[in-house]
Amino acid sequence: MVQGADAQTAKQILSETGAPVVMFDHVRLAFDENVVLADLSFTLIKGHTKIILGASGSGKSTALKIITGLWKADSGVVWVNGERVDQLTEREMMSVRADLGLIFQEGALFDSLTVRENVGYKLYEETDMALDAVDKRVEEVLGFIGLIEYIEKMPSELSGGQRRRVAIARAMAFKPSILLYDEATTGLDPITATTVDDEIIKLRDLEGVSSIVVTHQLRDAFYIATHMAERGADGKVRIMAASADKAEEAEFIMLKDGLICFEGTAEQLRRSTDPYLKTFLS
Amino acid sequence: MLQAIDRWLKQAALEVQEYVRLTLAAVGCVFTPPVYAHDVVEQFDVIGVGSLTVVLLSGVFTGAALAMQGGLTLDQFGARPVVGRLVSASMIKELGPVLTALMLTGRIGSGIAAELGSMVVTDQINALRALGTDPVRKLVVPRVLAGFFMTPILTIVADFIGIFGGWVVARFTLQVNSGVYWLSVTEGLYMHDAWMGLIKPFVFGFLIVTIACHVGLRTTGGTAGVGKSTTVAVVAGSVAVIAADFFVTQLLVSLLF
Repeated sequence: MVQGADAQTAKQILSETGAPVVMFDHVRLAFDENVVLADLSFTLIKGHTKIILGASGSGKSTALKIITGLWKADSGVVWVNGERVDQLTEREMMSVRADLGLIFQEGALFDSLTVRENVGYKLYEETDMALDAVDKRVEEVLGFIGLIEYIEKMPSELSGGQRRRVAIARAMAFKPSILLYDEATTGLDPITATTVDDEIIKLRDLEGVSSIVVTHQLRDAFYIATHMAERGADGKVRIMAASADKAEEAEFIMLKDGLICFEGTAEQLRRSTDPYLKTFLS
Repeated sequence: MLQAIDRWLKQAALEVQEYVRLTLAAVGCVFTPPVYAHDVVEQFDVIGVGSLTVVLLSGVFTGAALAMQGGLTLDQFGARPVVGRLVSASMIKELGPVLTALMLTGRIGSGIAAELGSMVVTDQINALRALGTDPVRKLVVPRVLAGFFMTPILTIVADFIGIFGGWVVARFTLQVNSGVYWLSVTEGLYMHDAWMGLIKPFVFGFLIVTIACHVGLRTTGGTAGVGKSTTVAVVAGSVAVIAADFFVTQLLVSLLF
């Protein structure tokens, strides 16, 4: 782990605008003969969004699992918030995960816990925060995603879209600076998917969360990249078309066979003449 | 053919290695913080109190059947009055610990494997890790502690209720006088019998739960995999109990007698 003066320097660099919060450098992972990531390098800038596209099995979710330390890369270097996570033990990873939220494909809510207990899980179980303060924070995040009336329900009583939103609430409850979304809208109808997309945009633009969005839903990917959230004078949050500068902050990566076959903005992706990209976009 | 054997052996060695690793990790976690106390209490309730009915029913009927069968055999030697001695010795030394352990394998072994297996295939275990919780500490340790300490207690309950079941048959079917039966029960027991009946359940409880946790946490293949894990946990747990019974009995006989 980075300690002492190095930790101070890393903290100072990370506090600056434009600091790299996640960095992949020639990462490779294979299971026997099956190469999942052949050579993956990219950087996520603080407060920006990285959208990873690709067909099923292209290694998108694997990248997120490597960032959170759930899986270890065979080779390459992975930096998360100034820590080389590829060298950390499971125990050391716990401090890195304290500033990292992961939203799983199907939500992965704990079946035996209520929405309140799910959302406040980390605060209830892994911190010394007072119960009143945890309850307040849980109600605050559930209010933010518009599910406060479901606070005492069990996950089995929620719809697919509500489960994903509760999963987002659980990941944001402990105020991480990086959120990783693993197919957060897959399997949802377009209207419900848009509500989830709006949450992702709100967290990025109102809470300053850096995010990596893994998806193969192009509609959602472009929506997140081309929209922004703003709080009006009346306190209400509005989702609107992103300004040119804001749109530049969302960068697309297209994975194919464990390699990056495209990297650029939404506009550059639309204009690409690459046959594979055109097939994917059509 | 050779390749298949080679693959099977490697797979078996890997399973043993992972089982030992999980067991050592769980034991290590028992003695280091944090301890999820409310999960420990919950598991003592689920595994201990929740298994009481099945243990009472299996104990009482085993004791009753034993008295019935034993009575018929003892009749051939005119020794029907000592049926209590046969019931108590059998229940405390062998049937109580083994049958309780087998019942618990069916009830809690399958439950643990299914619960943890479901959590694995729905990414809940990864979610726990991502939220900074060690799944061994949170899920395995409370179950191991509950299995280790509650199995002996449930065995004692099974022993007593089995002897009671034997008395019902001895008194009302075999027409053995109650006083004679209870005197025979106490006369047939020695301290080393009690030790044997008490030590074995600790080993069985530990085995049942650690095997179920190991199988559950290594579940793959979606919901079909959960079903398979449940079956494997019960089969492996039952075989482990019976095999351990032989080895522990042998060890205790050499130490106590």
